[in-house]
Amino acid sequence: MRDTITSLRYRYWPDHLLGEILSKRWTETAIPVILLLIVGFAFSRSIDNFLSPASLADTARQAGEIGFIALGLALVVIVGGIDLSVGSIFALTDFCALYLLDVAGWPVPAVVVATLLCGALLGAVNGILVGYLRLRAFITTLITLIIYRSAYDLLIQRYSNAIASAFPDIPSWDFIGAGSVLGIPTVALAYIVIAIFGHIFMTRLRPGWHITAIGGSRRSAYNSGIPVRRTIALCYVASGVLTSIGALFFASRLGTVGGDIGVGLEVIVLTATVLGGITLGGGKGSVAKSAVGVLIVLLITNGLTTMNARGGVNRMALAGILLVAAMVDIRWQKNRTRIISKVYVAPTYHELPPPPPTEIGQGGPFEQNDKLRDVEAIGLGRIEAPEDVILDRHDNLYAGSRHGDIMRFLAPDYQKMEVFAHIGGQPLGMAFDREDNLYVCIGGMGLYRIKPDGTVEKATDETNRSLRSVNDDSRLRLADDLDITDDGLIFFSEATVRYEMDEWPIDGLEARGNGRIISYDTKTGTTRTELRGLKFPNGICVASDGQSILFAETFGCSIKRYWFAGPKKGAVEVVMDNLPGYPDNINLASDGNYWLALVGMRSPSLDLAWKMPGFRRRMAKRVPVDEWLFPNINTGCVVKFNEQGKIVESFWDLHGENHPMITSMREHRGYLYLGGILNNRIGRYKLDNADPNFVQYDKRWGKQS
Amino acid sequence: MKRFRFNQQEIVFAVFALLFLVFSIFLNGFLTAENMLTLLQNVAVLGILGLAMAIVVIGRGIDISLIAALAVPPGLVLQMVQNGHSLPFSLLIAVLITIAFGLINGWLIAYAEVPSLFATLATGLLLAGLGQAALFQLDVVQWSQGMNGFERLGQGTILGIPTSIVMFAVACIVVAFLLRQTRWGAYIYAIGDNPYAARVTGIPSRPIIVLQYVIAALIGCFAGLVMAASVNSMPTRVFNSTLIYDVILVVVLGGIGLSGGRGGVLNVIIGTLLIGTMLNGMTIMDISYAGQNLIKGVVLLLAVITDSFLNPRNEETAQQGDI
Repeated sequence: MRDTITSLRYRYWPDHLLGEILSKRWTETAIPVILLLIVGFAFSRSIDNFLSPASLADTARQAGEIGFIALGLALVVIVGGIDLSVGSIFALTDFCALYLLDVAGWPVPAVVVATLLCGALLGAVNGILVGYLRLRAFITTLITLIIYRSAYDLLIQRYSNAIASAFPDIPSWDFIGAGSVLGIPTVALAYIVIAIFGHIFMTRLRPGWHITAIGGSRRSAYNSGIPVRRTIALCYVASGVLTSIGALFFASRLGTVGGDIGVGLEVIVLTATVLGGITLGGGKGSVAKSAVGVLIVLLITNGLTTMNARGGVNRMALAGILLVAAMVDIRWQKNRTRIISKVYVAPTYHELPPPPPTEIGQGGPFEQNDKLRDVEAIGLGRIEAPEDVILDRHDNLYAGSRHGDIMRFLAPDYQKMEVFAHIGGQPLGMAFDREDNLYVCIGGMGLYRIKPDGTVEKATDETNRSLRSVNDDSRLRLADDLDITDDGLIFFSEATVRYEMDEWPIDGLEARGNGRIISYDTKTGTTRTELRGLKFPNGICVASDGQSILFAETFGCSIKRYWFAGPKKGAVEVVMDNLPGYPDNINLASDGNYWLALVGMRSPSLDLAWKMPGFRRRMAKRVPVDEWLFPNINTGCVVKFNEQGKIVESFWDLHGENHPMITSMREHRGYLYLGGILNNRIGRYKLDNADPNFVQYDKRWGKQS
Repeated sequence: MKRFRFNQQEIVFAVFALLFLVFSIFLNGFLTAENMLTLLQNVAVLGILGLAMAIVVIGRGIDISLIAALAVPPGLVLQMVQNGHSLPFSLLIAVLITIAFGLINGWLIAYAEVPSLFATLATGLLLAGLGQAALFQLDVVQWSQGMNGFERLGQGTILGIPTSIVMFAVACIVVAFLLRQTRWGAYIYAIGDNPYAARVTGIPSRPIIVLQYVIAALIGCFAGLVMAASVNSMPTRVFNSTLIYDVILVVVLGGIGLSGGRGGVLNVIIGTLLIGTMLNGMTIMDISYAGQNLIKGVVLLLAVITDSFLNPRNEETAQQGDI
């Protein structure tokens, strides 16, 4: 009863989603957005007309102006600096625009250009100091803040009367300040256009990537040849220009040069930036975050002003929000990976009946023996991690290696070893097609094709993304084993979509159906996901009927059959279940039966733990990884089973002398070749009563030259 | 051949001497007894603040909330006495608030790991906003009857020396003792020199950092009391002025590198004298407030640029995102 409840709870409650959602980058933007909604809702309930069109349009104008400044600051913060002088630059460029328009009488386009240039110049001073002279951004821009501010004070002492007494009546100037297109204020429209460009710039264009790279790690960026100093300097210039755009709209809207314009603006913009989730110190941030931050801050300050709060309250609120946001951001950045790794592992309920006996004297098909004790070792100490082994029509032996190579041992004595092809990722399952192209599943990379002359080509590394998955499962994370049908359709397994190659045992701990079977059509080049939700699908073999494949579910401890053609097309059927070990690769035997490798044997402790998901989750949270309870893969065996799923024979290395660990095997001309992912050798075992002329591909597709 | 080199202390002192000489010759009324006294009295508060900043900067931090600590707790003392509380009780409350403020600063910087400039920028605003919103009725808190006797902290003379200068001297001696004679002082230098090495060596760096900010806030509060006593009121709008830049100027010009681990009380005294002379000269020359700020800003910028050449940032221990 209790087990039933546990099993239902773990079947239907999606534990794994929390970790997957947290590891998404957009969660960091989602939090400020939720905050924005809460703030907007709270104020709209407590203040009348807070969301009226007039009030909204007013907010939009302010948001546009401050939004431009925030965009500039975001750029500077992402590159790893800070710009406190924006308030003073705002004041100075506002003065510049109004002076040129009212006193000097320049035409509007010239005023716009000159104001932007003025902003660029003021930003360039910061840029040279911080970028090229490598001063501390905070202290330097604090100083330019005073310098610009006192320059502004000196200037308005002389010119404020002249500016205040002028009333220019220029339609285009008024349009900039007060106009609207389709009800949207010009400033908001301009902001939207520039924000969209900014988004594309930061995410799709090379300079944007450079900026993020420098913010992420200045030294690495320098070492990889990015012009660090120039890029940083240009970011400050851009900040100055964007600030001057904001000032232009402000100048045309209000037309004043008061003494307190831009005072304290840097705190508002900084609060908006940090609140939006742009990390202080650089490397992370986006245009959307900046925009959301600006909206939150404006809603709060406008709301407080409407509620007649004293000036000090406003100041305290901003400072308080700034501190809390900075603290949360810093703690989150520091602990993000740790938190995710704690909640990512989401074990589920997995029940297996007691396994069939394997001990000597208990009988049964799995009874241990010592047949593999005398296997001959090929390439002993010269090859590392041959997960799969395969022989071509000319008897040469191929195996993958940990170093990302396909090694070839030349017939007839297999003494000479050479690198057949270098790929770069660890080769797992292998299969030849009719034209003797070698198809290989590469962990972390996908499905690759190696031509007989050794050239490497990518066959596929992505499939259709499933709609309900949070993790992006379109990329192949752990392609594992494959086989090719007579029509050139390749079926391959992807063991898990939640873990990387080096974390595969954790998937066993989770015992969730994370794997899938994917087909790749060599004729059309299309990739399609065939089956989902499998518990670590591993070995694949096209069955003798040519209409179905046999596949092993390693942590399901079962062999299943999937019909891809014929009358039962699409059906899945269990061939064998409750195996005493974890099944790995499956291959054809010369007598029409199938070979199966058991990579490790089940243990009562893990069987029990699989029925206790809470226990495994606590273990994953509290115990260091290297002390977790993992599936045993130290010792295994090879078995032969027939079409009906009956075990015919088993082969063991009982004392673990020559070949205890087995992940794959191939029968070839009377010998069985054995591979193991942790081995430093390839095993060769002489089979009794086997067809001495059996060559897998000759038998399936006929002899070729 | 041994190269002839000045160290920064000597350069700054030479600049001070030169400036003093030029002002004495060309400025009427500079080299008079009264002006010298005003000069020293004016810089006493700046000097005390400089000591507080020095402690933090030596420990590789910066505290720009000092002016809030200068304005708000002493202002509160005046306000409470005005409202009828006794002076000792008001002082106690002010000191407790200052300690709490220092603890918040220190915790944010040492434990929450918020960059010091950033944290103190925000906490300063927070404290000033609190004063503005909840504590004070007017921007300038006036002296009241209950404060009588307390003005001797900033006015009058002791043994013929103006009290505010004596207070600066006392503060100098206390800070010099703390930095040079106690283990705590040695720890500050170690943390400023290389925070990771200090931590690995077993120095309790986080508590020491917290302590730095508490001491700095207390010294700031002390400077505020001296200031209030000398002008018989507490103009709380001083927070909005550029006083904090003068303090940074004192420290940086005096030769305490912003990268930490270097300098001492002597540097603060030299820096204070230089800035005091400069400000005094500019006042006599009748340069406007904005003009003075402009000149101070440019001098500060030059000082920071020079500092970055003399004490280059240590790229090994500079943190990523150390803005």
